[in-house]
Amino acid sequence: MASQLSGNSKKRLGGTSHVSFLKHADYRWLKISAALSALALFSYALIDVEPRHSGSSWYGYTLGTIGAGLILWLALLGYKKRSIKPGQWTLKSWVSAHVWLGLSLIIVATLHCAFQFGWNVHTLAYVLMMIVIVSGIYGICAYTILPKHLSANRGDMTQAEMLDNLRSIDRQLHDATQPLGMELATLIGESLSNDPFQGSILARLTNSYPDCPTHAAFVTVSAAAKDRSVDNADDLVRASQILSRKVAALSNIRRHLQLKAQLEIWLYFHVPVTFALIAALTAHVVSVFFYW
Amino acid sequence: MSAAARAAQLGMAHILLEKTDHLSDTIFRYQKGKHVMATPSQLVLRSDMDFDAGKREKILQTWNDQAASQNVLVRYRSEVTAITGGPGKFELKLADGDTINAEAVILAIGTQGNPNLMRCPGGDLPHVEYQLDDPTAILDEHITVVGAGDAGIENALGLAADPEQRNVVSIVNRSADFSRAKDANVKALTAAAEEGRVTIFTETSTNRIEADHIVLDTRDGELRIPCNRIIARMGSAPPRGFVESCGIEFSSKDREAFPILSPVFESTAAGIFVIGALAGYPLIKHCMNQGYDVVEFINGNVDLKPADEPILEAKFRTLPGKRSVDEWLDLLRTQIDILRELTPLQMREFTLDSDVSFVRKGDVVFERGAPGSSLFNVAQGSVHVQVSPTDSSIIVPIGTGAMFGEVGLISGRKRGATVVAAEDSILMEIPRTGALKLIATVPTVKRAVTRVSIERQLLQLFKAGLSPADIADVVESAETISVRAGDAIISEGDESYDIYVIRVGSMVVERTIGGKAVFLSYLPAGSYVGEMALIEGGRRTATVRAAVKSEVIKLNGDAFRGLLERNPALLDRLKVDMATRKDVNAHIETMKSTFSDVSDMYSSVASFLVENGIGEATDVLLIDEKLCVGCDNCEKACADSHDGLSRLDREAGKTYAHLHVPTSCRHCEHPHCMADCPPNAIHRGIDGEVFIDDTCIGCGNCQRGCPYGVIRMDKVPPKKPPLLNWLLFGTGPGPGEPSAKWSKKHGNPEAPKKAIKCDMCSGLEGGPSCVRACPTGAAIRISPEQFLSVSQMQKGD
Ligand SMILES: Cc1cc2nc3c(=O)[nH]c(=O)nc-3n(C[C@H](O)[C@H](O)[C@H](O)COP(=O)(O)OP(=O)(O)OC[C@H]3O[C@@H](n4cnc5c(N)ncnc54)[C@H](O)[C@@H]3O)c2cc1C
Ligand code: HEM
Ligand code: SF4
Ligand code: SF4
Ligand code: SF4
Repeated sequence: MASQLSGNSKKRLGGTSHVSFLKHADYRWLKISAALSALALFSYALIDVEPRHSGSSWYGYTLGTIGAGLILWLALLGYKKRSIKPGQWTLKSWVSAHVWLGLSLIIVATLHCAFQFGWNVHTLAYVLMMIVIVSGIYGICAYTILPKHLSANRGDMTQAEMLDNLRSIDRQLHDATQPLGMELATLIGESLSNDPFQGSILARLTNSYPDCPTHAAFVTVSAAAKDRSVDNADDLVRASQILSRKVAALSNIRRHLQLKAQLEIWLYFHVPVTFALIAALTAHVVSVFFYW
Repeated sequence: MSAAARAAQLGMAHILLEKTDHLSDTIFRYQKGKHVMATPSQLVLRSDMDFDAGKREKILQTWNDQAASQNVLVRYRSEVTAITGGPGKFELKLADGDTINAEAVILAIGTQGNPNLMRCPGGDLPHVEYQLDDPTAILDEHITVVGAGDAGIENALGLAADPEQRNVVSIVNRSADFSRAKDANVKALTAAAEEGRVTIFTETSTNRIEADHIVLDTRDGELRIPCNRIIARMGSAPPRGFVESCGIEFSSKDREAFPILSPVFESTAAGIFVIGALAGYPLIKHCMNQGYDVVEFINGNVDLKPADEPILEAKFRTLPGKRSVDEWLDLLRTQIDILRELTPLQMREFTLDSDVSFVRKGDVVFERGAPGSSLFNVAQGSVHVQVSPTDSSIIVPIGTGAMFGEVGLISGRKRGATVVAAEDSILMEIPRTGALKLIATVPTVKRAVTRVSIERQLLQLFKAGLSPADIADVVESAETISVRAGDAIISEGDESYDIYVIRVGSMVVERTIGGKAVFLSYLPAGSYVGEMALIEGGRRTATVRAAVKSEVIKLNGDAFRGLLERNPALLDRLKVDMATRKDVNAHIETMKSTFSDVSDMYSSVASFLVENGIGEATDVLLIDEKLCVGCDNCEKACADSHDGLSRLDREAGKTYAHLHVPTSCRHCEHPHCMADCPPNAIHRGIDGEVFIDDTCIGCGNCQRGCPYGVIRMDKVPPKKPPLLNWLLFGTGPGPGEPSAKWSKKHGNPEAPKKAIKCDMCSGLEGGPSCVRACPTGAAIRISPEQFLSVSQMQKGD
């Protein structure tokens, strides 16, 4: 009965704020990260370590521990993202902290190794970390720039609807091909058997498909359709109209796939290299203690 | 059928007249393999026929076998077209011309009704059909579907789906557009027409039907096309006409009204009894129990206790004072004003749906701001309504017999005041659907509720220490008006000065600036409008139009002016509200002169949202497509926090200016989905969410009822292995909704399909998972009152 209903007692994070992850909580994590970096820089300049700054001084160990802790915590995002358990947190706040603290690693780690590089596992860990960070920077650029293009390109269509649309054009194209001659029919047949998901990752990322059979068929059929004297002129016109619709639909969907690929590609570096980084980091830490 | 079986057991002379050639047509027509549910589970089945949850086929088989073994006398293909005579000597006329004599008649014809027939010449030819059972079984035919509602379109698409069937399908629609059909169906139909699979004739009617042709009256003249089969889907006429022609009265003219019945199911036509869905009991178990009971009653067993007796007993068990079920029912009926005119049968029904509880002095019944749309009645004792949010000593007492909570009932919005028991009391809480049924069936209840709710709504709205006596003449002058979506109640430039209170729905306020309508503000149910012209005089300065179908209370301007003169405090209050509104207007006008396209943008985004039905939402998911990276983490999180099924479709839905309204429940103020749920499984919960409980029988009514297509019918997939197993060893399908293939392989094929929809993550700490899972902050859930700020944010960058 309603006497037990206490109403909105639980805090709901739902509509609390509408700002992007970068600006989350008034740039809280940017500020924290900047403070951390500044602190590291200042102390590096002020603290005098004998004989010189290095990873194996007490100061180096401190920064090293902070850095390693950060890396492990940053990697934890992969788990957190897939496990949205109830609680007073949002993934957005995690990503915000991830991005800004991740950037501070550039300074923390560089100062930790005190600019000592070489052909060894220590530098390998550093390089891997930089790869992860650089891919992350690409990621936030992509996340800031691309979504609006993705949205504008798809309008009110979903990806499934785009594919449906393509299939329905294909069915019409199939019917329209019947009255055409062998040669054109084979040409169009190639367009029909072409899968929009085919093509290399590079083609998808750059949205260039020079050997597109639909495009080839369109060029040939529309050229043939210009000749009004042949007896199947009307069929040719119809086929070329359908082909031109298919070209438009294809370019729409390819642009969609291109944008999605550009939004995702960096994760294929960011995540696997994270695993490599953790392996290298472990080797780095073990070797340091081993030689100690 | 259950009645006939009882009669057979008792050795009474009986005959079961059935229109079709099989028993239980409604259930026969369920889709193949449907899992039929046996709710309410606490109700025991009392029938000579068995019934338990299971597959449609199995249930029908059981009934056929038992009807035969119990010697139930059935006469198939015997549609009754008229009933004449009186008790002891009824004459039932059948469609085939025969007449049957009977002493008593039990009407259990359900609510399906008869399909509207083809009236043109040739409409009675055998190839004119009114139903299509299996579209895939029809090959190589010319088929014309008449009527382009959902049923017609689905049939036409089904027939044309597979080119291998080589059917030539046409569909005929009387009007130019397909206003009666769902958007998705219309889209699919137009697509099919473009592909040449279906031919559409709009603004066309059938002229005559010949053996293998049909003649159509099109806009451009007569057209004769080959046709071997006609499928007429022109809606159906409810059986009410037939029932009334038998002399049976309904409780009111409302479409939802049911026949008036005595406690033994006897209608106003003596000797004719009404049971089942037609009597207002749409669940199979109820229907079967009533079949048993009614025959017992007719047989003279008047002491039979209804099968719901134990449920009622349990309801009353916690109350103080030992009374029998009948005594309790009687007490409630005589004490509570609005129940006084109910029959004992109706009383039982409403009590079954309701909660009766005992509260001690000082107990809080509900709090201000809590969601809830049920209606409370004081059966004993009294309560205090704390009308002021700040001072709990300002109270309005409500005594024995009176109702409260009706504002939530009408507007579906949150409770407007806290209610505390003033002494030890007994309260009856009638859930929204029950209360609406009560209002629809008993006209006096409707009048009483309307009056009280207007009075209370005004008191609450204007507060300022008014008493019911103060506003008596304003209430007297009040008029409830329903407004269609888009219609204006106030137009800019008019000279009227009446005040309007929005009771149901919501309104938008617009002003014409430079020839364009500029959106000024949004008014949810429970707000008032029109005070400026009354207080300051002059013409209306803005137009107020309904965002969705709404209901307003119109208060006579003169009566209201009188009230203001008597209550300066009220005048002050209105002036404060008015000043805020003027500020908003002024702000928007200054914006207009500085950057005109910005304010255009602002009002067009606002009207886009309103056009997408957000005017009736209480909480809606929006996605800022400038931030959404399409990762679908929102859908995955939704699935993972809810039995593995996502309740939102991110990509689908309309987008305007990068603001996207995905397909996800809006928790409507007046949920359409609730309207027709047989087990009454859809409720509004603690956080204002509309949710479906476990008693869902999977009938799909809610899915058809929701205009936003957010309800899906699906099986709950099996449990997945833990996330770490997937991360480390790749076992299981990973986060999000498992693929259909995986679910099929690991799931229970017998699991029933149920209605699935968003529950706003109620009960989960932190709130909506979809919002919390969005890495970029693109997804937000907000209430319409917050739109302004979002729209403004949109234009900000
Ligand atoms: C899709 C769907 C799913 C449902 N699922 C469930 C469920 O899982 N569980 C549940 O409990 N309920 C369910 N229901 C509700 C339930 O099926 C009906 O409310 C119930 O069947 C009504 O029973 P009835 O006997 O009153 O009428 P009906 O079952 O409609 O029976 C009436 C019979 O009378 C015949 N008839 C009508 N007019 C005449 C006439 N003039 N002369 C002679 N015969 C006539 C009809 O042909 C029919 O056979 C569902 C309903 C639908 C539409
Ligand atoms: C060494 C440092 C870093 C590590 C180990 C790391 C690791 C990870 C991991 C494991 C994920 C989860 C991806 C997934 O499972 O889909 C992730 C996500 C992400 N990372 Fe990093 N990261 C690091 C630094 C950075 C930096 C510096 C940036 C940005 C400048 C960044 C930006 C992001 C973003 C935006 C995501 C969110 C992707 C999404 O959820 O869609 N990362 N990172
Ligand atoms: S399911 Fe549909 S009708 Fe019901 S509340 Fe949600 S949006 Fe409204
Ligand atoms: S609020 Fe919860 S149930 Fe509703 S769509 Fe979001 S995650 Fe799903
Ligand atoms: S989680 Fe956010 S960014 Fe990802 S698809 Fe959903 S709304 Fe878009």
